[in-house]
Amino acid sequence: MSTVVNPNAPGTEPGSLAPAPVKGRRSARTGLSDRAKSERKLGWMLAGPAFILMLLVTMYPILQALWDSLFSFRLTDPGNKEFVFLGNYATVLSDALFWKDLGVTVLITVVTVVVELVLGFALALVMNNAIRNTRGLLRTAILVPYGIITVVSAFAWFYAFDITTGYINNWFSWLPGIGPDFNWFASQWPALFVIMASEIWKTTPFISLLLLSGLAQVPSEFTEAAKVDGATWWQRMSRVVIPNMKAAIMVAVVFRALDAFRIFDNIFIMTQGQYGTETLSLLAYRTSIGRLEIGLGSAISVILFICVLLIAFVAIRVFKVDLAGSGKGR
Amino acid sequence: MSLGAVGALILTGCGDADAGDTPTLTWYINPDAGGQAEIAQQCSEASDSRYNIETALLPLDAAGQREQLARRLAAGDRSMDIMSLDPPFIPELAEPGFLADVPDEVEESTTQDVLAGPLEGAKWNGELVTVPFWANTQLLWYRESVAEAAGLDMDQPVTWDQIMDAAREQDKYLGVQGTQAESMTVWVNGLIESGGGSIVENPEAPADEVSIGMDSEAARKAAEIVGTIGRDGLGGPGLPTSTENTTMIEFQSDNGSFMVNWPFIYAATAAAVEDGTVDQSVYEDIGWALWPRVDEDEPSAPPLGGINIGVGATSENQDLAWEAVECIVSPENQANYFVTNGNPAASEAAYEDPAVREAFPMYETIRESLDQAAPRPQTPYYNEVSSAIQQEWTPPASVTEDTPRNTAEFIEAVLKGDQLL
Repeated sequence: MSTVVNPNAPGTEPGSLAPAPVKGRRSARTGLSDRAKSERKLGWMLAGPAFILMLLVTMYPILQALWDSLFSFRLTDPGNKEFVFLGNYATVLSDALFWKDLGVTVLITVVTVVVELVLGFALALVMNNAIRNTRGLLRTAILVPYGIITVVSAFAWFYAFDITTGYINNWFSWLPGIGPDFNWFASQWPALFVIMASEIWKTTPFISLLLLSGLAQVPSEFTEAAKVDGATWWQRMSRVVIPNMKAAIMVAVVFRALDAFRIFDNIFIMTQGQYGTETLSLLAYRTSIGRLEIGLGSAISVILFICVLLIAFVAIRVFKVDLAGSGKGR
Repeated sequence: MSLGAVGALILTGCGDADAGDTPTLTWYINPDAGGQAEIAQQCSEASDSRYNIETALLPLDAAGQREQLARRLAAGDRSMDIMSLDPPFIPELAEPGFLADVPDEVEESTTQDVLAGPLEGAKWNGELVTVPFWANTQLLWYRESVAEAAGLDMDQPVTWDQIMDAAREQDKYLGVQGTQAESMTVWVNGLIESGGGSIVENPEAPADEVSIGMDSEAARKAAEIVGTIGRDGLGGPGLPTSTENTTMIEFQSDNGSFMVNWPFIYAATAAAVEDGTVDQSVYEDIGWALWPRVDEDEPSAPPLGGINIGVGATSENQDLAWEAVECIVSPENQANYFVTNGNPAASEAAYEDPAVREAFPMYETIRESLDQAAPRPQTPYYNEVSSAIQQEWTPPASVTEDTPRNTAEFIEAVLKGDQLL
């Protein structure tokens, strides 16, 4: 996933060319100069190959999956490949397992993103207000979990909570219900708790970094003026700071939601989806890679893809309104 | 391939034409303690430069091995010369013709003294499609102190009911694998076969005609055993996530009593004693017997495992590959592999080897168990059958007398394509 965001323009839609419309408007009025034309040409020549390559490596598998999803096709039974049109989608959408897995996926997405947003904001405030010479150290410390490979952190969390090798049961035995005999991965809710906790631990730094850049965008005159007017800390936060960094918050939410919706590694390592912890990407994996049912598995992947597109679409819509709003405000 | 040969020629110098011409055979192996790599080297050397075997490592778990092999074979990978295959997945690979036919002379030379259980697992549709290399079976391992305290005569066959009672009375844990994995199918299949039933009644039928034999007395008795162990906490709190490895660790602890597991645990416990993580007294306290009976009057049908060797239909060096297979599965190699890697031989002759008898004092029990053992359902849809069992029979505490019938309906719906798995 691309996680590169220009810290100077937190409201910029990722991947879009923010200054372009301004330039475009002016050139439409005045006509393009030769220099502007050649610059534009050079731009295309520089970015073109990468653009085409991206298109190839993303479009080819997507189209292949779309095509495969229309067939009843098992890799170890190639002789019986059969065109079933939307039959696979009917099977998937009419199956309770799919909806259960979708529910788990949505739950994980909502809970982790909300918790990460709150924690990330708190961490961003801490980083923003830290004394200058501790800032670098603090940022590095907060970013460490994000730098760890997900599979590695998943194993670390798994072994910490595992009933035979874990130490968590020992450390937290003073809590009611937790003791040496508590098996975290034997039922849905405790297992989901561990999965979400490790996910939150790992990706909160990402959100806090995005929010930090948003915080830095809020002009200090605003908060100072509010302070002079007698606003409390809470009022300054809710009336001045947060409304002025809405765009940064939205970027953080969209990125994390898209990422969280596709959660795979953590669950694959910790429970392999057993006991009600399976998400859509695990179901897609199990169907196409495990069962080698290429048709059915592709249909699930396509549905997952559509869900992700929907999230992105809705979020960016919300986003655009926001951008216009904050643009006027300035 | 030819580029590689040219490269090798240049590297080894122009005069050494032999080395450059030696075809390389790739052997896809399951992870072990290095025994297969050693055999590959020995056979390469013994071949007098006719071939050179290179090993390629497959994933650790059986399901992962199957995934990689099936995908490579389906894609027509020409490097699939020799493969170490887990028997339950053989029909799935044999049915579409991914495996090369075993030549008659190879069949004759490699299967003469193979034990009955492993030989059955090497066939599909009555034809030999792979060659047995080593054969695994589960034994009932027990702590002699616990069996004695429970007043059980372990020289006589014991039943599941007896060991469950013993664990309950002694307040110890039974070692069974209750996690949602292949080990669950191994356990359920062993219970049903021991009770005189079968999971799949017509293993060679096409997907929509497969009939699941789970609406039977044997399956209900199996469900009763699994459910009772789960609900009464006889397997301990770790049961819903216990694997072969975690049950071994539990067995070595003060909670250990009886455990069904593969023979690797004996060598692993010996190694743990050497490392100082397990006490010598625990090692000396370990006893073994045949897998427990379901019905006290009927011999049990212990789980069967192991590895067979197959040759890919797309391999470019099939003749040489079969020649290499003959070398790999020789009784001497099997005996040696048994001693060094702890994996029991499929060949009867290997059990006569003094080194085997010394390293594995339970060799007699293993051989007897292999003769009684029943394979898991041999069907091209094994993965579906097994995954469905794993989902329906876990956690063990949730298993009731309705579980077998629900499992049968679930498998049939999945095979007809009406339901996701």
